[in-house]
Amino acid sequence: MVIQALRDQGVDTIFGYPGGAVLPIYDEIFQQNDIRHILVRHEQGAVHAAEGYARSTGKPGVVLVTSGPGATNAVTGLTDALMDSIPIIVLTGQVPTFMIGSDAFQEADTVGITRPCTKHNWLVKDTNKLSATIHEAFHVATSGRPGPVLIDIPKDVQFAGGIYSGPKAMTSHYQPRVKGDLEEITELVAAIEKAKKPVFYTGGGVINSGPAASQLLRELVDATGFPITSTLMGLGAYPASGKNWLGMLGMHGLYEANMAMHGCDLMIAIGARFDDRITGRLDAFSPKSIKAHIDIDPSSINKVIKTDIPIVGDVGHVLEDILKVWKARGRKTEASAVAKWQTQISDWRKVNCLAFTDSEKTIKPQYALQRLEELTKGHDRYITTEVGQHQMWAAQFLNFEEPNRWMTSGGLGTMGYGFPSSIGVQKAHPDALVINVAGEASWLMNMQEMGTAVQYRLPVKQFILNNERLGMVRQWQELLHGERYSQSWSEALPDFVKLAEAFGAKGIRCSDPADLDDAIMEMIAYDGPVIFDCLVEKHENCFPMIPSGKAHNEMLLGMAKTQGVIDSKGSVLV
Amino acid sequence: MSALHIKKGATKHSAYNLRPTFSDVQEKHTLAVLVENEPGVLARVIGLFAGRGYNIESLTVAEVDHTGHLSRITIVTTGTPQVIEQIKAQLGRIVPVHEVYDLTVDGPSVERELAMFKVVGDGEKRVEALRLADIFRASVVDSTLGSFVFEITGAPEKIDAFADLMRPLGLTEVARTGVAALLRGE
Repeated sequence: MVIQALRDQGVDTIFGYPGGAVLPIYDEIFQQNDIRHILVRHEQGAVHAAEGYARSTGKPGVVLVTSGPGATNAVTGLTDALMDSIPIIVLTGQVPTFMIGSDAFQEADTVGITRPCTKHNWLVKDTNKLSATIHEAFHVATSGRPGPVLIDIPKDVQFAGGIYSGPKAMTSHYQPRVKGDLEEITELVAAIEKAKKPVFYTGGGVINSGPAASQLLRELVDATGFPITSTLMGLGAYPASGKNWLGMLGMHGLYEANMAMHGCDLMIAIGARFDDRITGRLDAFSPKSIKAHIDIDPSSINKVIKTDIPIVGDVGHVLEDILKVWKARGRKTEASAVAKWQTQISDWRKVNCLAFTDSEKTIKPQYALQRLEELTKGHDRYITTEVGQHQMWAAQFLNFEEPNRWMTSGGLGTMGYGFPSSIGVQKAHPDALVINVAGEASWLMNMQEMGTAVQYRLPVKQFILNNERLGMVRQWQELLHGERYSQSWSEALPDFVKLAEAFGAKGIRCSDPADLDDAIMEMIAYDGPVIFDCLVEKHENCFPMIPSGKAHNEMLLGMAKTQGVIDSKGSVLV
Repeated sequence: MSALHIKKGATKHSAYNLRPTFSDVQEKHTLAVLVENEPGVLARVIGLFAGRGYNIESLTVAEVDHTGHLSRITIVTTGTPQVIEQIKAQLGRIVPVHEVYDLTVDGPSVERELAMFKVVGDGEKRVEALRLADIFRASVVDSTLGSFVFEITGAPEKIDAFADLMRPLGLTEVARTGVAALLRGE
């Protein structure tokens, strides 16, 4: 019945790991060929792989794990998906209903444990309700602000027969609002017409809304000529080659993007949530602007920043209406003032905030990513990342022209996300070039998934910027803790080339900038999983940077003096 | 600027005023939350308050629509206007929540609470307790030679006042239901 329901929901792939409490479902999987099961090596990997699958396709990812430890291992992935609004359906086995509460073998209160880290979850005690619950779960995961859901299915419920109902029979009271209020939209259009220093600030909500939303965004941005910046989550919604593109904003965002946010008179936030990595010091955040906020989740509006024009609705629908109203009113903007604003932005661009001192002896991580960008940009390319300095550099130096091409753990910041995620992406796009830009420490957190990559011949490229350090932790210790580098180096690292070979994959090591291009080409050309051990400069810091507790216009550039820039108030922030 | 109008019927979730004035004044609000009566729904609501650090002053819950399986949770909470708006928006996000009403904003509303008081004593004090109970229209639901159990219904302030009066007269135990509230009129 579970498999029938998944099939009716259009599922083609499940990521999972079997165990005692899900054996009946695994038995069903064995006896069919419609749904492909990918056996991961750890349940956390299954959830991240499903996230990668979901983010690169726009379809929900499906996970199947057993009770107890299977479910608890999935918790990090669930929380990650909740923070980044990724639609995931996790099916967990549970001990039989008559044993629940008896501390049975591999029993855990799964719905209790996962209640705060799912959008919703269910314990199904009656087989007659199983199919309806699965369909409802898909509906909840994908409607409104997407998110992870979990269905806990006791083993006796899996064994029992019951009445199956198809997806069409389902009616749900959960129907989030998608159309924005026309009065508010008109107010925003009026503000667009009058704005002299406008900026679009877009986020993952644009990607989640679907490819059509990205198209509408491009149309609106190009028609108005307003500059646009994006959060880490929203990269690709507007093309990096677009003429109004400012680059990413936030703590490690570009100077021109942050200065534009600080100095604007109209901020149009679209599917973004004013995260603390974006805003910096709240009382100095974009002090002179009128703020419009488009979000499908009413709780995002006014949560941290007071909004002047709030619009609750799906980004795609709202953008369509904005364009309609704006065109109907005569496509007006303050063109000359906006041109002056663009000139100001060009001056900020000249600061060249991503500049770094290159070296002929050692590979600078920025240089490695520049070369990776140069040598892979023509490919059908998908990028995942782990978390840390390499993630920020990847966001700064890699360019994204399309949505759904960039998978990174934004809200939760999960080290170990990128590798399993790249497996999910590659499964969904077998012929694409899938690269996980990683740090060696993050990568080791889920390195067991090499087994999965090799087993299913998924040619994922693990591009590890190896500085033998927890680079971001090291950077903060340098800035904040008097250069006392407590526990932030990677001792006893494996030989990554031999490690790759031990798994039956290919290993490449590169430590000389002169060899880098050839090594990257070799990685791209190899038909199979590759671990690329790129030995980079060990003490490079990630700039530009807004130190904790500072405002957008107080950012540090590459060569800045970093001692004492974070005051005691800022140091308690993360 | 005007309040955001979320049209009724556009969503099952209630309308939020998304343009509050952000003051630091702590306000007390009574919220009525209509939820699907499914397992764990109360844990979701309480977990939201605990997880995000909101206050619960009182909470009552019971099924109010047996055919539709709907329960009504009445929560009295305090916070700044921004926090109150967040609480309402966060409650609205919970999937089995059908409606969130802010009775303090939508008001006027009637609030009632039921309480039982055990008063132990004899002589003058016992007579005085009975006399005061009569003034407050509290009824005696249990009596021994040395004690009374009073039942009283009213606004929380009335129950507080009754408790203050009973304390010197031998009040030993109190049980209160928490606030139930409805909007006045149609």
